[in-house]
Amino acid sequence: MQRNPQLNASGELQHLLSIEGLPREVLVQILDTAESFAGVTEREVKKVPLLRGKSVFNLFFEPSTRTRTTFEIAAKRLSADVINLNIAVSSATKGESLLDTVANLSAMHADIFVVRHASSGAPFLIARHVKPHEHVVNAGDGRHAHPTQGLLDLYTIRHYKKDFTRLIVAIVGDVLHSRVARSLIHGLTTLGVPEVRVIGPQTLLPLGVEGLGVRVFNDMRAGLKDCDVVVMLRLQNERMRGALLPSAQEFFKHYGLTEDKLAAARNDAIVMHPGPMNRGVEIDSTVADGPHSVILPQVTFGIAVRMAVMSIVAGN
Amino acid sequence: MRLQIRNARVVDPASGRDGVGDVYVADDRITEEFGKPDRVIDAKGLVLAPGFVDLAARLREPGFEYKATLESELDAALAGGVTSLACPPDTDPPLDEPGLVDMLRRRARALSRARVHPIGALTLKLEGQALTEMGQLTDAGCVAFSQGNAAMPDTQVLWRALQYAATFGYKVWLRAEDAALAKGGVAHDGEMATRLGLPGIPSFAETIALGTLIELARATGARVHVCRLSTAGAVELVRKAKAEKLPLTCDVAIHHLHLSEMDLGYFDSQCRLEPPLRSQRDRDALARAAAEGVVDCLVSDHTPVDEDGKHVPFAEAEPGATGLELLLPLTLKWGEAHKLPLAATLARITTEPAKILGLDAGRIAPGAPADLAIFDPRAAFRVAPQTLKSQGKNTPFLGYELFGRVRYTLVAGNVVYEA
Amino acid sequence: MKLPDAEALCEQLAAELRPRIGPRSAMVGLYTGGAWLAERLHSMLGLKTPLALMDIAFYRDDYAARGLKHDPKRTKIPFDVNGAELLLVDDVLYSGRTVRAAMNELFDYGRPASISLVVLADRSGRQLPICAQYVGAKVEVPAGMRLTLKRADNGGLALALESERAA
Repeated sequence: MQRNPQLNASGELQHLLSIEGLPREVLVQILDTAESFAGVTEREVKKVPLLRGKSVFNLFFEPSTRTRTTFEIAAKRLSADVINLNIAVSSATKGESLLDTVANLSAMHADIFVVRHASSGAPFLIARHVKPHEHVVNAGDGRHAHPTQGLLDLYTIRHYKKDFTRLIVAIVGDVLHSRVARSLIHGLTTLGVPEVRVIGPQTLLPLGVEGLGVRVFNDMRAGLKDCDVVVMLRLQNERMRGALLPSAQEFFKHYGLTEDKLAAARNDAIVMHPGPMNRGVEIDSTVADGPHSVILPQVTFGIAVRMAVMSIVAGN
Repeated sequence: MRLQIRNARVVDPASGRDGVGDVYVADDRITEEFGKPDRVIDAKGLVLAPGFVDLAARLREPGFEYKATLESELDAALAGGVTSLACPPDTDPPLDEPGLVDMLRRRARALSRARVHPIGALTLKLEGQALTEMGQLTDAGCVAFSQGNAAMPDTQVLWRALQYAATFGYKVWLRAEDAALAKGGVAHDGEMATRLGLPGIPSFAETIALGTLIELARATGARVHVCRLSTAGAVELVRKAKAEKLPLTCDVAIHHLHLSEMDLGYFDSQCRLEPPLRSQRDRDALARAAAEGVVDCLVSDHTPVDEDGKHVPFAEAEPGATGLELLLPLTLKWGEAHKLPLAATLARITTEPAKILGLDAGRIAPGAPADLAIFDPRAAFRVAPQTLKSQGKNTPFLGYELFGRVRYTLVAGNVVYEA
Repeated sequence: MKLPDAEALCEQLAAELRPRIGPRSAMVGLYTGGAWLAERLHSMLGLKTPLALMDIAFYRDDYAARGLKHDPKRTKIPFDVNGAELLLVDDVLYSGRTVRAAMNELFDYGRPASISLVVLADRSGRQLPICAQYVGAKVEVPAGMRLTLKRADNGGLALALESERAA
């Protein structure tokens, strides 16, 4: 069986492909480093010279403006050069293969590939084929993982709640298709959160999800009881296949986060969302804009976390 | 050519015989002892068994010559000790026309290597709508009819096809998989697929389809062979059907006896197979069922895939693994793990598949065809692109060391492979 | 070899600095030893402007070779650098690279009026044209050894020698 491809022979992070399989120390190192970067974004010169001369190639096989932009900002704050490649993939037109694309870019002296792809596992395939000084950061692969999102969610929770070992965290919505949920679940269990819950209808929960170390709830009020952190997932229209839900309205009725449902959670609970939000589908505007919501800070933290990830891998 | 094979450990699954002795071959048959052979093979320390019969080996002709050719794959067959094989109809174009079947048989025969028995398409273009001319295809040499890995979503057509086949005594070989439940899936719907974020094919996609197939077989009296079982549930359904004395047989691909969903590791596309590798519980149930005889035989499910087909993300990879040369060592490994006598182990790739094909093969006795495999059960080899004769270097066993190497293969009394 | 008493050197530095403190004076301590020293001096001198603590991890010149090895601390500069007369405090001055990085980082916060370097110990071995305006003591360090500042549980400061290979 292969060694975890994210870690080099000395156990240091050389690629960030998924949170699963990363030791606790590595996760904590990333969060601590991100904290140091948080100060940088608050001053006038928002750059540090760490990655000066290095090239970060954003390889987005799936379109995304927000994630790509935050990676770009993060890379530029590290003084790196950023090249954006939006590669539209249509199964009808099989153009250059994934590995050929990467090999061509490699010839142009890339240091970091930030990759988003519709197929689970694509970044692992790329990481197996890049040169030793090249690093791969997974910006989301299929349903499998979105490790930087998971990390910024962990950062956010740590920022507001401090101690992971005393929390009840609930993740609500389309867990079946969510790479964000999978990454967050792995991070929470690795950092010792005693209870992680998933809340949703059976059609949106993957088979054997308990195997990831979570408690399953189909009833939202029961699932939110005494929660410290509520993470709402986007209802992914673009990924739904087949008869999983009758309508967005019905989903909102059972699983949309309203003030009323949130009342079951603790008074000081925080509400998170990876964005972009579907107001009125998974979350009510009152809650999204309300005192429990930390959705906007999540975005800011995302830049610091991505700076931390890139500076750690590029140095190993 | 008059040939004497000396000092071999002769294993004849048909009779259960397992002992050291000599075997004599004249022309294309095994004969009684004679004096003055033209050639003597000293098989000391080697096992002499009937040549293996593989019910599923894709030769990729016609249509997929860039993946493999008849020459390369029949060479691989002989290197693996396989002397008779059946090839599925999912070529391009599919084997739904007598002309194509005829051409394939002629080509194979001209190469004088392993014996090729084409399986004809059950429906035109394998689309699951219109029946093929099974009579004419049988005349051209088809030994059974199948859909390969193509779906057959219309149950009405399935019923009619079985009725038609039953009328004339044609055999139907089918995989049990509900097309709608399997749609979009690339891995077993279980813990591993959940972790890896891969769309899953639930176990009940197989058991529901198998239930349907068994009912239709009962209703029509068709002789059905179920291909590539993958679940423990399916094993139980087959057990019950056999208890009822339905004329049902089944096979399991050799990979599914050894591997499970856990072997996918970090998205290893070499493990992208149809049907998918399932849970360890399923794997163990299949291995036990093969030992008990509920599963009649083992096949290689040989499917050469070129590099481009595998060096892509898991869900985009072409399913399939090369297997002709691994059939023997993997079968031996399974047999040893279940403490079976060698004759019983080899029966699963000789006498049993021969019965299903309706061939006079898989036995060692005077008068039987001289299709033989002589192998060293202790010889090790490392599975690597250089050591495989097949053009398909795609296998989950790359890098493994396996035991069981063929030294001589005879077809119709001729030594067609020597190592 | 006998190392000078760090506490005594602190007193000495404070005495030297006291007459030089002005309304625009501000202190910046470099993690980790410089931060301890700066905390002590800041309190001894009774500076009005709050103390700044700085980590130079992101400005080091050895990233390519070493990567981001330590967990960086968060730089906090709670005053406006523009026009400030900065006292940059570190425990040991050696190659000068740490100070070079610190100055680059300070200039990303603004344009100070001046920067004076305050160090507890100056060991020779400069690789850059850097010197300290306020030096506690010159210390000769044997080859293969490293001079560091230690802080006891009660807050007492002491200089120590350790092997370069120590983590």
